[in-house]
Amino acid sequence: MATTSTTVPGAGPRASSRSFLSRLRDGDEIARLLTFLFAATVVLITATLVYQLWVDSVLPRHKFGWKFLVTEVWDPVFDQFGALPFIFGTVVTSAVALLIAVPLGIGAAIFLAELAPRRVSDALTFFIDLLAAVPSVIYGLLGVFILVPLMREVIQPFLRATLGFLPIFSGPGYGVSFLTAGIVLAVMVIPFIISVSREVLMSVPRDVREAALALGATRWESTWKVVVPFARPGIFGSIFLALARALGETMAVTMVIGNTPKIAASLFAPGYSIAAVIANEFTEATGDLYLQSLVELGLVLFLLTFILNGLARLLILLTERRGSGAYA
Amino acid sequence: MKRIAGLLLVAACVCGIAHAQSGLLINGAGATFPNPIYTKWFDEYHKAHGNIEINYASVGSGAGIKQVTDGTVDFGASDGPMNDEQMKAYQDKYGFGIQHFPTVLGAVVPTYNLPGVNTSLNFTPEALAGIFLGKITKWNDPAIAGANTGVNLPAADIVVVHRAEGSGTTYVWTDYLSKISDEWKTRVGKGGSVNWPAGIGAKGNEGVTGVVKEQPNSIGYVELIYAVQNKIFYGAVKNSAGVFVKADLAGVSAAAAGAAKNMPQDYRVSITDAPGKSAYPIASFTWLLIPKKIQDAGKRDALKGFLKWMLTDGQNYAETLSYAKLPKEVVAKEMNTIETIH
Repeated sequence: MATTSTTVPGAGPRASSRSFLSRLRDGDEIARLLTFLFAATVVLITATLVYQLWVDSVLPRHKFGWKFLVTEVWDPVFDQFGALPFIFGTVVTSAVALLIAVPLGIGAAIFLAELAPRRVSDALTFFIDLLAAVPSVIYGLLGVFILVPLMREVIQPFLRATLGFLPIFSGPGYGVSFLTAGIVLAVMVIPFIISVSREVLMSVPRDVREAALALGATRWESTWKVVVPFARPGIFGSIFLALARALGETMAVTMVIGNTPKIAASLFAPGYSIAAVIANEFTEATGDLYLQSLVELGLVLFLLTFILNGLARLLILLTERRGSGAYA
Repeated sequence: MKRIAGLLLVAACVCGIAHAQSGLLINGAGATFPNPIYTKWFDEYHKAHGNIEINYASVGSGAGIKQVTDGTVDFGASDGPMNDEQMKAYQDKYGFGIQHFPTVLGAVVPTYNLPGVNTSLNFTPEALAGIFLGKITKWNDPAIAGANTGVNLPAADIVVVHRAEGSGTTYVWTDYLSKISDEWKTRVGKGGSVNWPAGIGAKGNEGVTGVVKEQPNSIGYVELIYAVQNKIFYGAVKNSAGVFVKADLAGVSAAAAGAAKNMPQDYRVSITDAPGKSAYPIASFTWLLIPKKIQDAGKRDALKGFLKWMLTDGQNYAETLSYAKLPKEVVAKEMNTIETIH
């Protein structure tokens, strides 16, 4: 947005001096119209999506109102529907995923972009891009066959023995849990963070690095104090992408989360996520209220994504202001 | 050259259209549980009657009911009968009703994984309800141990595994638990998906089996066909006559025969906890949902023809695919009902 508003005034005087017809002939006007149309389509699709979700969830909205968001019960037999356990599960699994994936992903990206020899970096990046293309059901299967037994027999007992005094690492464990889902999600989003962050880091101008080195910075100082802050908006972009994928992931999550709509303090407890419950229950949802409650969950997921993205952006704005202040 | 190719293309199109017009295409959608036999039936019927082609989408019982009510398919299929509200909705929309036709029977069995126990366990209705309500939490609870004298049951916590997605299997299972436990009926109720008091959810019969196999001390429930085909452990259940019956096709047909005497006109009947010494208590019909009035005479005759074939020759395919056949009484009754479709 910002770039268009800065370039238009520059091109303005010359552009307006030419007649509309000549601009049309040159193709400028056509290109402008076409690209505008394409951009507008995206907005239109989003708007239609929200509108449709809104219209198709009229029954539960009227019956439960805002209570839908804070009710813990999901009972199709007695027509009681609440979104809270699903919101909880979605947020917790995504948070666990980001807690694991962000340091790992950014660390790997820094190594690949700044420290590794170019050949190694390119080869590794190829594999990372390959990982990003693996279908989620495969991650789910790996989760079921490898991670779930590992969690049950090794990781959960270990965490309980060492960090069991923390409520999040206590209680019985079945293998399927918030933590397991979070770890599978982390594995799934790491390639996104690495791939995008590496590109961004590599696009930092050479001059910046050389300037830092010339001022006597070590290789690590130039990377950590100059290159990374320079690339920060792009790195945050990669985290948004990861967050969006984690929030919406369905198949892999449903295979390892335990599909139990309950809120628990322990990460070892089975839970449920919004996307998973929609996928699981949609086909067999009998009754309009039930079906529409699932649609409303879709709306909630959309809003949740919206709000979390907004909050993340706010966070960047705040840290950026602080950051620029410190550098100025 | 180009022109010839074009002509060929046109000819191909014309032939395609002609072919499609000469054949009669009927679309159905619904339950996944009977999908293997429905696919077999529609395929065999198409071989015998080349001009009739029946497409079936196994989208789930709930979706089957919805699609036939919306009119997007010619018939539906469901593992649980439509409820009164849904029947009324259909009647109100079209001015005529919808007819349930039982096709085959299936059963649901409790499956478990108890390290060190290699015998088939016996389950009383009280034990099953207690376990799934989360009230019986240990394997050596007297409610389980009492029916399994001589078996060394561990003092381990029971891990309950249930279906995560809505399913006909869950409908039959919860229908049974509702009948034998008042607490289940008032607290949880019956349905394709319910608010489970205990346990973890897994997707599909294969998901439940997978979790039960992996998780020591767990118990779940799966369709009989699935348990038989995959050779997994499953227990016997005490029926209403007080006999422990391990599910097999004969026991399921026995349950159906017991219910056949009091079969209502609309066939919407539950045969869980059926009377009879040899009846397996957790069994159910699965139904085709056919509109009582079909405008298109061709489709009407084709569907009626298929239903008659399904009730006679078609039944012979049931047991090879691990479904229980309909009892004779039910077949005779359905034959009469077919004539009411107009």
